[in-house]
Amino acid sequence: MYWDPAYETLPREDMAKLQLSRLQKLAELVYNNVEFYRRKFDELKVKPSDIKSLDDIRRLPFTTKDDLRDNYPYKMFSSSLDDVVRIHASSGTTGKPTVVGYTRVDVDIWAETMARSFTAAGLTHRDIIQNAFGYGLFTGGLGAHYGIEKIGASVVPVSGGNSKRQIMFLKDFGCTGICCTPSYAASLLDAARDEGVDLRKLPVRAGLFGAEPWSVQMRREIEEGWGMTATDIYGLSEIIGPGVSFECPQAQRGLHVNEDHFYPEVIDPDTSEVLPAGEKGELVFTTITKEAIPLIRFRTRDISSIDSSPCSCGRTLIKMNKVFGRTDDMLIIRGVNVFPSQIEEVLLANSGLLPYYQIVVDKKGALDTVEVLVEVAEDLFVTDEIRKLQQREELLEKSIKSNVGITAKVRLVEPKTIHRSEGKAQRVIDKRERFV
Amino acid sequence: MNIRQISIFVENKHGRLFEVSKLLGENGINLKALYLADTTDFGVIRLIVSDPDKAYSVLKTNGFTVGKNEVIVVSIPDVAGGLAALLEIININSINIEYMYAFAGGGESATLVFRFNNTEAAAEALNSAGIELLQENDLL
Repeated sequence: MYWDPAYETLPREDMAKLQLSRLQKLAELVYNNVEFYRRKFDELKVKPSDIKSLDDIRRLPFTTKDDLRDNYPYKMFSSSLDDVVRIHASSGTTGKPTVVGYTRVDVDIWAETMARSFTAAGLTHRDIIQNAFGYGLFTGGLGAHYGIEKIGASVVPVSGGNSKRQIMFLKDFGCTGICCTPSYAASLLDAARDEGVDLRKLPVRAGLFGAEPWSVQMRREIEEGWGMTATDIYGLSEIIGPGVSFECPQAQRGLHVNEDHFYPEVIDPDTSEVLPAGEKGELVFTTITKEAIPLIRFRTRDISSIDSSPCSCGRTLIKMNKVFGRTDDMLIIRGVNVFPSQIEEVLLANSGLLPYYQIVVDKKGALDTVEVLVEVAEDLFVTDEIRKLQQREELLEKSIKSNVGITAKVRLVEPKTIHRSEGKAQRVIDKRERFV
Repeated sequence: MNIRQISIFVENKHGRLFEVSKLLGENGINLKALYLADTTDFGVIRLIVSDPDKAYSVLKTNGFTVGKNEVIVVSIPDVAGGLAALLEIININSINIEYMYAFAGGGESATLVFRFNNTEAAAEALNSAGIELLQENDLL
């Protein structure tokens, strides 16, 4: 089921032609309107008219999150503020927030890409979708909202948090779809149990989850606990918000990039060299149709790879693999690079554990120490033998060692002792930072 | 024939045993035997109580991780060599003890609580050796 078959199944050559002409227009637009880009282009001695093929994109400068912060709030905007109808901003936990704007056209494109995402997940105008992404400056809530309205489904704009009410609405409103962060979907499982509600018995049949990396095992936990199909949706506010790419549930292997709007590349984060399809690196997007704040080669800090193989769903849109992790979230433990999702995979591959965990990193002397706290489920406790519980801890430690390559201490903790996420989960507590 | 035991998983955190005992007390559940096994990270509280079903549901609804299992409880003479005599029977029958706890209750006998790797075989072996297994009623 496609929302926009003309673009979603466009032959590859036609897509390349469309992308090139859009890229050429974009280069002109930013060169003429954004001082930052004019300076960058000039430094690299490249002019918009030098873009003759898609490969020429490699001659263009990168844009980073710091560039957006340096040009706070509006200096990266290409369009006049008179044409801007919406402003979103990311949380400014590490300095000034990054500010993005949307013209009416941008808002429409965003709704369009979200409509494709909801349609691919199997949802239609007949559905009632509970939108538990946070509303506000965060792009998740409103991004999903416009997409749901676009396909003509009913949106329940409940926003994040207040789990008890979420469960009540899911039940009473007969919701057939839900969207939120994957960690919140896991939290709701727990909240439903408390309310004595079996989510599998509710009519919810499809969910779109995104805004943070999640493992294949977490997907299984959510699908089994909710009795639904869980699909991944990817995006970031700098590019547009959610809807940059989306999964088709037939394959559940990779996310189709809305590449008629967002041109993807994968680069080596250290050398900035473009990597061939299939190789893992940092995702980079160029917003080839955006008006308010179009970005050239924006470095997302998300680690993934491009999959150019044809998809069984019939879409010709190129795929990116599920995001492996963010370079921001990457921990360096005694010299080994570790993503929290790698530890999540090991934990959830084991039965008897709940999908709630936390990774505590500290330093003892000169050595990094890692402690993984994970909640036990009742079925791990059918045997009350201490030895078996300890064996389980040791088994998990061995498994982390062999799969992730680090020595971690695993500690089983009581249910409900790990903080429940209502938005993006905080999986890692890094106590080392205090000493830096 | 076997006696039901409640096990609770608790982290080594301040006040957890108090919370368990308070909860059971408030619900009119009397403790008959208690054993706390601990490691550096967590502990397991094992209880024999006046009403195991109620204890289980009260603890569960209050968010504890609870398990139910069966143990064998026997009464032996409180004399030197009493335990050895009993364990000999267990040894001969190649049964392993997962854990045990005991209390000598001031009278002439001592009470032993066993978790064996094979509860049925242990019960049979002890029975045929003429050792009486205590029933839940005996503890009330």
